[in-house]
Amino acid sequence: MSETTSTDLGVTPAGRGAPGSGPSDDARPILELRGVNKSFGPVHVLHDVSFAAYAGEVTALVGDNGAGKSTLVKCIGGIHPIDSGEYLFEGKPVNVHSPRDAAALGIEIVYQDLALCDNLDIVQNMFLGRERKNGIVLDEDTMEQMAAKTLQGLSVRTVKSLRQPVSSLSGGQRQTVAIAKAVLWNSKVVILDEPTAALGVAQTAQVLELVRRLADQGLAVVLISHNMNDVFAVSDRIAALYLGRMAAQVKASDVTHAQVVELITAGRSGDLGLTNGNGGAEGKEAP
Amino acid sequence: MSTTVAPDRTTTTQPQTLSQGVRGYLERVRGGEMGALPAVLGLIVLCTVFTILRPAFLTPINIANLFTQGAQITVIAMGLVFVLLLGEIDLSAGFASGVCAAVLAVTLTVHGLPWYVAVAAALATGMVIGLLLGTLVAKVGIPSFVVTLAAFLAFQGVVLLLVRGGTNISIRDEVILAIANRNLPPAVGWLLFAVGVLGYAAVQLLRVRRRRMHGLPADPLSLVAVRVGTVAVVAGLAVYVLNLERSRNALIVSLKGVPIVVPLIVLLLILWTFVLRRTAFGRHIYAVGGNAEAARRAGINVDRIKIACFVICSTMAAVGGIVAASRGASVDPNTGGSNVLLYAVGAAVIGGTSLFGGKGRVLDAVLGGAVIAVIDNGMGLMGYSAGIKFVVTGAVLLLAAGVDAISRKRAAASGLR
Ligand SMILES: Nc1ncnc2c1ncn2[C@@H]1O[C@H](COP(=O)(O)OP(=O)(O)O)[C@@H](O)[C@H]1O
Ligand SMILES: [Mg+2]
Repeated sequence: MSETTSTDLGVTPAGRGAPGSGPSDDARPILELRGVNKSFGPVHVLHDVSFAAYAGEVTALVGDNGAGKSTLVKCIGGIHPIDSGEYLFEGKPVNVHSPRDAAALGIEIVYQDLALCDNLDIVQNMFLGRERKNGIVLDEDTMEQMAAKTLQGLSVRTVKSLRQPVSSLSGGQRQTVAIAKAVLWNSKVVILDEPTAALGVAQTAQVLELVRRLADQGLAVVLISHNMNDVFAVSDRIAALYLGRMAAQVKASDVTHAQVVELITAGRSGDLGLTNGNGGAEGKEAP
Repeated sequence: MSTTVAPDRTTTTQPQTLSQGVRGYLERVRGGEMGALPAVLGLIVLCTVFTILRPAFLTPINIANLFTQGAQITVIAMGLVFVLLLGEIDLSAGFASGVCAAVLAVTLTVHGLPWYVAVAAALATGMVIGLLLGTLVAKVGIPSFVVTLAAFLAFQGVVLLLVRGGTNISIRDEVILAIANRNLPPAVGWLLFAVGVLGYAAVQLLRVRRRRMHGLPADPLSLVAVRVGTVAVVAGLAVYVLNLERSRNALIVSLKGVPIVVPLIVLLLILWTFVLRRTAFGRHIYAVGGNAEAARRAGINVDRIKIACFVICSTMAAVGGIVAASRGASVDPNTGGSNVLLYAVGAAVIGGTSLFGGKGRVLDAVLGGAVIAVIDNGMGLMGYSAGIKFVVTGAVLLLAAGVDAISRKRAAASGLR
């Protein structure tokens, strides 16, 4: 069991500046990466990436297909070990080598492919790897009650039974189960990798509302999305990856749609972004 | 999004009445979730046909034979379920049981050690084999098909080496011989029956009560009654028939009672069903079989689960080997050879365990093992040659695998979106 119970904001006035973002750095990031590199064999996917997420805020992580967003998320989640760079949680350097390490810190990830077991039911999926037990026997009742409460809290309407296999759920329902699985643990950081990509209009709106609500409850939420409307609808900050480099991490209120699109497609936009096409250091704006 | 829903809406598909339960079951079957249905229907049809064609099929002596004939295959199949649940295969389970039987025989006869030492040695051999196979599959990453095919060949050789070039070793130890050749006194059979059925009823009722207490939807009592009733009738019939006199000349030697191997199988069935359905370990086996990457991301040590499943499989093969040694009163190079493995895989698949992983129960092995034993026995009574038996069993296995594949397609069509 690795639940974390606190979701306190920990907002420190006049904290250290967040990486890259010029305007009003009044908060210390709960999660911070500095100069992270990650290669798969000869393929260098992440180059000196710095990234920060703040409690009570939605940080959008944007970038073109193949920019390395999912890889970055998997590094945060302990799926892939990072090759070099710093990983700080609540200001302290930590070692995250496995999904359990990340979960122990209070980091939950809703993966792009959802990572649900189709042959297991909703409750079994939500507690997978963290089952409640009485001695050696699974405590099914407690798990079912907790799952029901969490789904109720997320206002899930359409699920017929908590004991139906996940294979029988629709795309939106599966997404909701994956999100419910992440918030079940009173986590501090929730990362959603393209949660709305496969959803219809109404379901997308529901998920975005949920994302905003999680942040308002004090969680740090990282939202990966391709859709600029979604990004601007809910996020406080935007981090743009370009070919495995962090082009910029800025406040959403300081940039326009067009600028973010430029950061995604070209890696720079005016003063923002990488100084040249393959600038080594993490992208910072040079005001 | 702001509409909250009462928990009873989110959680009610649990049937409230018996008819709802039946309807739900039919719906699941139509949706491709056949469960035990094909095996049970197959058993009924086969038994009826054989009884009509050869009345000798339904005599107490033949029914007792059926149980001991099917025991080795059923036990091996129970272990195979664990490997199949992962979506892996163990082609060496048959000869692994042969190796373990040979270890048992050598320990008993050559070294003259007591039966419990021999049994421990056989089980330990099974564990080591499973550890080796599992490590090669999980850690080294060789496909299980290849690893166990190599082991299939190698173990065949090991058995030959152990029994010194093709002679057979007879077993004289009374305890080992008793497993497949002695019967429980009829009264003990009924006592075990009563304990078993009452225990099953108690577990079911306590579960319903606990779920109601926690405000969770529970099965209606009528459904529980049907379930317990079915178990009581089937088990009661079996005990009754097995307790009938089956000696040709009861005055000289009386032969009646439940063969000892039957409660052994029931015990193993309960043990492994408990492990699979009620423990986190069992849950993780299903998870790895359903989506290994999801299991890994959930922090489950996938390699360890895989190795453990191979260990269980080979250890159960060892139990199967002990049963075979007992039944044959000897161990020879063919113990665990010829059709044993394919029959065991067939039993698991016919019972409803999927070759694609993630779906299966230990009960499947028992039901499928019964189907295989009935085919083998019935066709033998009809005087068919071994050749025809193999062809028919192969056809039945193919049919079962076909049902599995088609029901998966159906489930995919009716399930997703
Ligand atoms: N396990 C892996 N092995 C090798 N290359 C990978 C692996 N995972 C991702 N990549 C590569 O890393 C790059 C970034 O992928 P990804 O992080 O999935 O991008 P995004 O999520 O931004 O679309 C791609 O070029 C992809 O091919
Ligand atoms: Mg991606």
